Amino acid sequence: MADKLNSKIPDGPLAEKWTKHKSEIHLVSPNNKRKLEIIVVGTGLGGASAAATLGELGYNVKVFCISDSPRRAHSIAAQGGINAAKNYQNDNDSIYRLFYDTIKGGDYRSREANVYRLAEVSAAIIDQCAAQGVPFAREYGGYLSNRSFGGVQVSRTFYARGQTGQQLLLGAYAALNRQIAAGTVKSYPRYEMLDLVLINGEAKGIIARNLVTGQLERFGAHAVVIATGGYGNAYFLSTNAMNSNGSAAVQCWKKGAYFANPCFAQIHPTCIPVHGEQQCKLTLMSESLRNDGRIWVPKKLEDVEKLRKKEIKASQIPEEDRDYYLERRYPAFGNLVPRDVASRAAKERCDAGFGVNETGKAVFLDFSDAIARLGHQKVAERYGNLFDMYEKITATSPWEEPMMIYPAIHYTMGGIWVDYDLQTTIPGLYAIGEANFSDHGGNRLGASALMQGLADGYFILPVTIGDYLSKKFAEPKTDINRVEFAEAEKSVQERIERLFSINGTEPVDAIHKQLGHIMWEYVGMARDEEGLKKAIEEIEKLQKYFYENVKVTGTQFEFNQELEKALRLEDFFEIGKLMARDALERKESCGGHFRVESQTEEGEAKRDDQHFMHVAAWEWKGQGIEPERHIEPLKYEFIEVKTRNYKD
Amino acid sequence: MEFNLKIWRQKNAKAKGHFETYHIAGIEEDASFLEMLDILNEQLIREGNDPVAVERGCQSSGPVSFDHDCREGICGACSLYIDGRAHGPDDHVTTCQLFMRHFKDGATITVEPFRSAAFPVIKDLVVDRRAFDKILQAGGFISVNTGSAQDANTLLIPHDKAEESMDAAACVGCGACVATCKNGSAMLFVAARVSSLALLPQGRPEAKRRAKAMVAKMDELGFGNCTNTRACELECPKGITVNHIARLNREFLKAKFSD
Repeated sequence: MADKLNSKIPDGPLAEKWTKHKSEIHLVSPNNKRKLEIIVVGTGLGGASAAATLGELGYNVKVFCISDSPRRAHSIAAQGGINAAKNYQNDNDSIYRLFYDTIKGGDYRSREANVYRLAEVSAAIIDQCAAQGVPFAREYGGYLSNRSFGGVQVSRTFYARGQTGQQLLLGAYAALNRQIAAGTVKSYPRYEMLDLVLINGEAKGIIARNLVTGQLERFGAHAVVIATGGYGNAYFLSTNAMNSNGSAAVQCWKKGAYFANPCFAQIHPTCIPVHGEQQCKLTLMSESLRNDGRIWVPKKLEDVEKLRKKEIKASQIPEEDRDYYLERRYPAFGNLVPRDVASRAAKERCDAGFGVNETGKAVFLDFSDAIARLGHQKVAERYGNLFDMYEKITATSPWEEPMMIYPAIHYTMGGIWVDYDLQTTIPGLYAIGEANFSDHGGNRLGASALMQGLADGYFILPVTIGDYLSKKFAEPKTDINRVEFAEAEKSVQERIERLFSINGTEPVDAIHKQLGHIMWEYVGMARDEEGLKKAIEEIEKLQKYFYENVKVTGTQFEFNQELEKALRLEDFFEIGKLMARDALERKESCGGHFRVESQTEEGEAKRDDQHFMHVAAWEWKGQGIEPERHIEPLKYEFIEVKTRNYKD
Repeated sequence: MEFNLKIWRQKNAKAKGHFETYHIAGIEEDASFLEMLDILNEQLIREGNDPVAVERGCQSSGPVSFDHDCREGICGACSLYIDGRAHGPDDHVTTCQLFMRHFKDGATITVEPFRSAAFPVIKDLVVDRRAFDKILQAGGFISVNTGSAQDANTLLIPHDKAEESMDAAACVGCGACVATCKNGSAMLFVAARVSSLALLPQGRPEAKRRAKAMVAKMDELGFGNCTNTRACELECPKGITVNHIARLNREFLKAKFSD
């Protein structure tokens, strides 16, 4: 069991580990690659880049996505940018600094070797994307532009307006299209993975539902790659797309893959505040806005009252009556502190009664200084589309009045446990991008999700999976008529039939909303023992309620979005409980995980390195049985572990 | 706010479709159009068990199926034709970025799928847009394998060129241009990709081949011809202009002449 959590970090000096490891990996010859099949589930930055690259290498790839096209994966919505240690700005950036910032930003809960490798391959990502025709922002001389992001003191973020994720995904999607045309990749849009199939303990295929016909279909391969993103939608309201879900991860978990650090969820400080109960989705305003926007609330409670009654506008409050609380508390980083710090500071001000909208859950993000300093045109070039988007949603122009923002669930650092090769505890099963846990520790820095997705997909997985496949090329194609496939399909079929048979009165979304309330209340920005225990109890009650009262309309063998949602919600219950359980056991504050019992006198997060400097990896033990917590200790050999300090 | 919704219902690709009318009340004006549909669906699911509603025929079709995902105007999934316009009455938005404050209280709103010969209906308001993927597979890429790229700063691209390329690259692939064109042409979609890559030095080597292959595939898949009505640019949620069609035509002609 302890062996299962062998991270397989190569030995040797930090900067040489990846090069050394690559030189020791077994290769698969071109004629043998043709005999090997790989399933990739998900077509975001990780999945699309991996499928395309594996296709280029000559493997036979099958790629699955739940949307009507691979291009719609939620990576498309990432706005601000992608980090890379290019040092184009001559501001003394380096691989080491990107590595250091990421480890520190993650509050010393990620693996040194993985993060160093991520920083090492980051520069090649920019080169690859530029070659694909991604229109990165450029200076007048034609050179690439950079901007800054939270948690760092250099300018290393590359961007394409506020649509960087879109452009990078379209680049990966184009590379994927090229391989589909070449016949190395076969694409299955509108297919949803509903189970993982193991043969002799190794991942050999999946059961997927054709979302148009409703048929369950079997797909076999020599290896399976999960690239299905995060599980933030357990909170119902999040910045994730409506269809983003954690189901593939849960299926893998139930089949024996360990699930690591589930409680590490990122709450993004700059989202448009909730407007009412009818809302189903929160919209993110890019972190890049914090480069030039200043965050504040009024100093005086009477101004807050007047704002709420709409008697005054924010722009009428004089400078001396504004509390730029991030600049006040964290002078060295100011408005560019990491996300977890910025989110908690907003909550602190709002809890103290200074929230600026009717619900008391909003702070200002103000551009008036930037507009005065840079001029309208420059600000429009940098943030024009974000300003437009904000105005469309709120009917208020950020050119005239500051934006109102509030934290919301955005990203999950936790995920399927993987070793250095990105292989899970199930041989032949790999997890990449947000779906795995490995690189961001307790908190992800801005513009690092795109970097990790593409690092995994373009440069890491295609190399490491070869080591496993080099032992498999003599094996015949996986036979989908085997009993293991039949059994998996049968269990999925039973699961679907059970959902239809309940025939209650409650719509799926109504129950999902209740789960969201429980999660946000007890497993949100501040967590304590009592609340977390309550969360587990409440989720169990709700789960029971679901199985007695849910109404899934329609039938299995048709296009049926209610059935899709019901299946995903079943898995969100398990994720919600697991998150609460993990948060309960991690009795320290760390990154995005804030335990009320563990804070400094100033209210800052207090880590407990002595007891919790480890990865918690959870093993599924069966329905209704408590999962088992295993530990992978984290060793810091190359950097000194410190208390995060963004004050000076 | 309250509305009467006249919505296209169609069981599957082969079935005949029809309109059904529903009444909905208690909608906040800050709600988005899709949130309003979510609320309608909750209502339809609950009413499905109500015998009175069944008599009224409400149970027959159940909740309305529609494509949606990011709900922030970037994934391109949502695709509703509302009161005779792709993505509804607001300019340059996707359906998910359309808010109920743009409608008159008490209005009757007609909701249909994007209609085009190349986009068959899957169910209700959901259409099959795989034809777009096929067009891009025909040549909407630069042929570069992972790992072979040079340093990104060795390719100098002047600021304005990069911005112009980005204008075209902003296409979300929703298909509003096709749905709104009386000929069902995909020219704006094809032009956006061709133009975005043709403007960049790294896109030049394959520019001719790309234009020819994508136009040929578009014709093969049953999209109509462009007759320069410019309706597409009015409805494009990302404001992509027909100037890019002009560039596509230039690339296409160059390719033809060099044959």
